[in-house]
Amino acid sequence: MTNVAIKIENVSKQYRLGVVSTGTLSHDLKRWWATSVMGKEDPYLKIGEANDRATKGTSEYVWALKDINLEIEKGDIVGIIGKNGAGKSTLLKLLSRVTKPTTGSIKYNGRIASLLEVGTGFHPEMTGRENIFMNGAIMGMSRAEISDKLDMIIDFAGIERYIDTPVKRYSSGMTVRLGFSIAAHLEPDILVVDEVLAVGDAEFQKKAIGKMQDVSKGGGRTVLFVSHNMAAVKSLCKTGILLANGSVDKIDNVENIISLYYGKSKAISSNLNDRSDRTGAGNFRYTSIFMYDKYDKSIVEIISGEYVKFVIDYRNKIEDIDPAKFIWGILIKDFYEHVIIGYSSIDTGLKLLQISDEGQIIIEIPKMLLRGGKYYVRLFASYKDSTPENFEDVIDNAFTFDVLQGDYWNTGVINRAANEAIVEFNIYSK
Amino acid sequence: MEIFEKHIKPKSGLFELNLTELWEYRDLIYMYVKRDFVTFYKQTILGPLWFVIQPILTTIMFMFVFGNLAGLSTDGIPQPLFYFSGIILWNYFSDCLTRNSKIFIENQAVFGKVYFPRLVVPISITISNLVRFLIQFIIFTIVYFYYFFSSGSLICPNIYATLLPLLVILTAGLSLGFGIIFSSLTTKYRDLNFLLQFGIQLWMYVTPIIYPLNSIPANKQWMIALNPMTSVVETFKYAVIGQGVFSWIYLLYSFVFMIILLLTGIVIFNKVEKGFMDTV
Repeated sequence: MTNVAIKIENVSKQYRLGVVSTGTLSHDLKRWWATSVMGKEDPYLKIGEANDRATKGTSEYVWALKDINLEIEKGDIVGIIGKNGAGKSTLLKLLSRVTKPTTGSIKYNGRIASLLEVGTGFHPEMTGRENIFMNGAIMGMSRAEISDKLDMIIDFAGIERYIDTPVKRYSSGMTVRLGFSIAAHLEPDILVVDEVLAVGDAEFQKKAIGKMQDVSKGGGRTVLFVSHNMAAVKSLCKTGILLANGSVDKIDNVENIISLYYGKSKAISSNLNDRSDRTGAGNFRYTSIFMYDKYDKSIVEIISGEYVKFVIDYRNKIEDIDPAKFIWGILIKDFYEHVIIGYSSIDTGLKLLQISDEGQIIIEIPKMLLRGGKYYVRLFASYKDSTPENFEDVIDNAFTFDVLQGDYWNTGVINRAANEAIVEFNIYSK
Repeated sequence: MEIFEKHIKPKSGLFELNLTELWEYRDLIYMYVKRDFVTFYKQTILGPLWFVIQPILTTIMFMFVFGNLAGLSTDGIPQPLFYFSGIILWNYFSDCLTRNSKIFIENQAVFGKVYFPRLVVPISITISNLVRFLIQFIIFTIVYFYYFFSSGSLICPNIYATLLPLLVILTAGLSLGFGIIFSSLTTKYRDLNFLLQFGIQLWMYVTPIIYPLNSIPANKQWMIALNPMTSVVETFKYAVIGQGVFSWIYLLYSFVFMIILLLTGIVIFNKVEKGFMDTV
């Protein structure tokens, strides 16, 4: 018995850029002449460039995917990540047979259900119940199958009260709930999911991810999941695939892949003068940021619970600046863009006492009680108030540092159980 | 060695018509047909009555314009019967063709997200229009029997009435065939859509709907009969009313035409359905 659920061999997909209709007929005729009459290869398959969105190419044909070779194991949950335009959606489209590959082949067993969108084929005039049957049938379920699961679907979606109301009266969240609930009850051999969980509230997202895990654990089914939500990818997937410019960059366990992805997408230097990825008027600018330990040594890595000092240099061109009206802020975000710590003059009420033309802001953190992982520092400054038009300087990933899991409690044991944060406590027994 | 039962590849065979797969999706065909009816009369007062109001009003208008003003012959058949019979057949053909010709463009949203045999859509459109045709046919029978009992001598149904199912199949097959060819080609060349829009109006005038084929000089009738719908309409009138031109040759021509058309249609449709998302 084979253990491979999907085998992708040399799959490439070429797209033509620009307006499709211009010159279609002439290209079609040339293609037909070459392939059918002369018996040669398609002339347009030889040209084409790697799909780099930002650079202007010379060819109007690009390869959205180029020579993809993958074997996906049965029962695996695979997260596919990559920048916009890396070919993630194209790959999913090929897998769900919405379009065909230009070359190569994809082989699999069983039924593939694709969830590139929830509620495909929903008709706004039909009731929730009618749409369950319609959408279920589009996804390949039989009417008997849907009837059997109808109660479960309605229950999972949690919209029983609205089930006989036309879908046009639903909120977008309710539509997603209903659509996902139908898809979750499909029981396919291979489930292909695009970023459909983006809508819907947190509670439902959690439920949906749980359901997807059940799908894979329960029936040995294979799940392919594309998302920009790294937290979801990490908690759901075992294996990760990093796509870049239409090719497979790396396949590894999901955590390594996510680190690799972040490492690639965030170039970090503590000198901020040359950073172009900033917004704001720029009369006040941060020029550098450094992190020091208790011995005043510049570091980029600390052990959880240690002393840390941030030294931030700035340059100011605002004339007659009133320190009372100046707003500073520093946010520390984790891997998944969640803000973990936020210090600012708005929240803390701590204003700078003096602002010179060039100077330093020093922030001391006696105990950096963060769990292990990679963290990003966001700096921002504004004058008068914190509305976007008064932003002076905003730099998203001004600085990156790593926190190593440490022996915070001095027990000789690395804090394996340390979860979201470390909080000081006392314990008594009676 | 792994064995895989399903295979996604760039090209497929010419006649790779996967009927088993289509059969697996029969519930989807049913749902599409049902959806057509459920949504058709939601938020209307007259509801399903709209299915019959349209052909009745058209008949009245044709009686006024072509029957009275233009004074076109109806071959001795009572005008309401003559026009109504032509209109319901023609409506079935033209509605089906028009809707089938827009399949890819109108269903991009769904086709772009989910795979199912695309042939499900034209088949369900043809079936759902067939149901409408049958409802209109019931109205026709009522009108028919009224004239049959009030002026019985003129109306002599004959053995050829047994051909009625074949005529319906011919109409369905022709509109399906033309429809899927047009829809396949319009994904790339939208010009065809404009062509079809007025073409279908002109087409009606080369079909004996508002005039009997008899009114055309005998040596020129073949020109009108090149239109495969001609024999369908004429046979229908001949079979139930006893007036009109009946010819096995014309009928056979339409039948062969339909078979070739459907085969061509399926070949083109199959070729387009796999990659149309890139060109539409």
